[in-house]
Amino acid sequence: MGSSIASKETYEKKILDRFSDKLVDSITNLIDKVKPGWSERNKSKVDEWKLMFYAFNRSPPGIIGAILIISFILIGLFGPYVAPYSYREFLYIEYPDTYLVPPGSTVTITNKQGDIVKVFNFPLGTDKYGRDLLSLILYGARVSLIVSLIVILLGVPVGILLGLVAGYFGGKVDEVIMRITDIFLAFPALILAIAFASVLPERIRPIIIQSGILKQVFSVFFAADVRDAANFAPILSVILAIILVWWPPYTRIIRGSVLSAKENLYVEAAKALGVSTWKILFKHILPNIISPVLVLITLDIGSVILMEASLSFLGLGAQDPMVDWGKIVYDGAQYFPDRWWLVIFPGLATFLAVLGWNLIGDTLRDVLDPRTRRSIEFKVKRGKAEEK
Amino acid sequence: MKTLGLKRKILEVKDLHVHFYTYAGVVKAISGVSFEIYEGETFCLVGETGCGKSVTSRAITKLIESPGKIVKGQVLFYRDGSPIDLLKLSDEELRRIRGREIAYIFQDPTAALDPLYSVGYQIAETMVAHNTATWKEAFRRAVDILKSVLIPDPEKRVKNYPHELSGGMKQRVVIGISLSNKPKLLIADEPTTAVDVTIQAQILDLLRKLRQEEKMTLLLITHNMGVVAEMCDRVAVMYAGKIVEIGTVHQIFKNPQHPYTKGLLRAVPNPLIKIEKLESIPGTVPNLIFPPSGCRFHPRCPYRFDPCDKKEPPLIEVEEGHKVACWLYVK
Repeated sequence: MGSSIASKETYEKKILDRFSDKLVDSITNLIDKVKPGWSERNKSKVDEWKLMFYAFNRSPPGIIGAILIISFILIGLFGPYVAPYSYREFLYIEYPDTYLVPPGSTVTITNKQGDIVKVFNFPLGTDKYGRDLLSLILYGARVSLIVSLIVILLGVPVGILLGLVAGYFGGKVDEVIMRITDIFLAFPALILAIAFASVLPERIRPIIIQSGILKQVFSVFFAADVRDAANFAPILSVILAIILVWWPPYTRIIRGSVLSAKENLYVEAAKALGVSTWKILFKHILPNIISPVLVLITLDIGSVILMEASLSFLGLGAQDPMVDWGKIVYDGAQYFPDRWWLVIFPGLATFLAVLGWNLIGDTLRDVLDPRTRRSIEFKVKRGKAEEK
Repeated sequence: MKTLGLKRKILEVKDLHVHFYTYAGVVKAISGVSFEIYEGETFCLVGETGCGKSVTSRAITKLIESPGKIVKGQVLFYRDGSPIDLLKLSDEELRRIRGREIAYIFQDPTAALDPLYSVGYQIAETMVAHNTATWKEAFRRAVDILKSVLIPDPEKRVKNYPHELSGGMKQRVVIGISLSNKPKLLIADEPTTAVDVTIQAQILDLLRKLRQEEKMTLLLITHNMGVVAEMCDRVAVMYAGKIVEIGTVHQIFKNPQHPYTKGLLRAVPNPLIKIEKLESIPGTVPNLIFPPSGCRFHPRCPYRFDPCDKKEPPLIEVEEGHKVACWLYVK
């Protein structure tokens, strides 16, 4: 009886914990090599990292989410390079036999003499041009990843900054910023994004086509051929459109949290001790309100992927021959339900990526709470004491 | 009695008015407060809750947030003998004075520390903000500061987060933060209200010791007459946004003049005498949106007579350094 209670209260390190320990240790060693003596000075920080991983490892949804988004990111980064065929491969060669074949088929191409010229394997089937669906999904992952990252990296800081300024300074600044935010919030985000996304490509296209550097950069970003440069414009305008509708909720949330956080005595204390306004904003207010925002960001990456897919589904994102997940579903919808694979597989990919981010978001909330970490710390220490 | 005339002034507050513009109306939190603090002394502001002690202390470095506003007055800070009006300085100039020359200790140590940073970081931050030390140096100095505020095992504590410390330790850390730049004037706003009696005694001892060692001037704000008797050289008694009596601690305790001060002293429990019922001052603190006419204490005053509700009493000197604002003493 007594021992069972004791075992519940100590934290046993499992494989994952040992793995995360090693991960943190190797990162620490790496930093130590660049800056000697770093690990000695930041010992408590490193311990905190380890505890964060322990807290994470105890949450099955978090682990599932982590597996999903790590695969999403890996596929996004390397998918286009490991794809069996390029997304342009079947556009110029006429192989009518490869059009719209079901998953798992092998298409053998013969010439007039009956000799086998080529054998194609299509594990997930093909689309109306005879392109391999698996390759298309791998290419589409890159677009989804890039779009969601750019939107979060550009849109969220803007929202956070405006919210901080509005909440902290108050008065007229607050009035102006919040009324503009209200105007943006008054439109349904999707409708506003559709409006932007349908107007912007015409303005963006000439800029990209004329600039050799932009062409190169975005062709690397989207893993697309430079010949498709004109088609980058619709995707970029989707990104811009999503950014334009994405910051207002962040401004709202941050402003509200700042209003309550700035009343904390430690903010007044910092002010009374002569700490400058920007330092107070970024060091004492922002870190204290950031964890709900971090959770929101992870949840939002999923929503950005969905939004991008919906805009593409409406024909606003990627244009032929470029692909993203929304575009594949859009094209496949014409053949649904007979050619079900054109809708189900890209849909499933979108679903899993969004689910992954949502699960991570939920788990992060627990991991970021210092109380969770502290309770685990005590259990780990007790475990060590018992070993001795 | 000390000869106050020979001492040099460090801070002089002249005719300070602070109003709060609320939906209910204009709260005249401070109306015409004047006092001076001399170098090296401990000056106390006493009064009941809501009489404007804290507002006065915050107004000294313009820490009044909207909807509050300093409508009138001067705060002269004597730096190397020459006065500067703190209320006329720019925000940036004030920022450089706050925490460096005038530092604050706040009432609630639990709330005054940012939960996300180690106490060492928070002590170091003040030094870095005023460029008195680099981060590296500041962290090293933080250990010495913790030692000077009598925290055991400072090398370890410096890495602790606020929630890992007890209330008394947190208050010492807060004091340590205020001391990190060796300020000339330390303003302690009810530093012992949030801690229990034994810790209270330790904190007061510590403040007294530090004041002597660092040759600081202390402005102590409290509602506890016991703390006043223990700590202070001179006392100002505040009531409803005004100073009603000001004098040395001996003058106030041995020879209180204002009816409010007398009532306040009678309301202090004496552990040596068994009392059936502790005396209280009848009535409540007036609403400062519509303060009483004339002397603000007159509705509660047992000695009130003709001019009390019509004209404000002037602050008149009854003996050397002892001033009182009451019609009883106007000849």
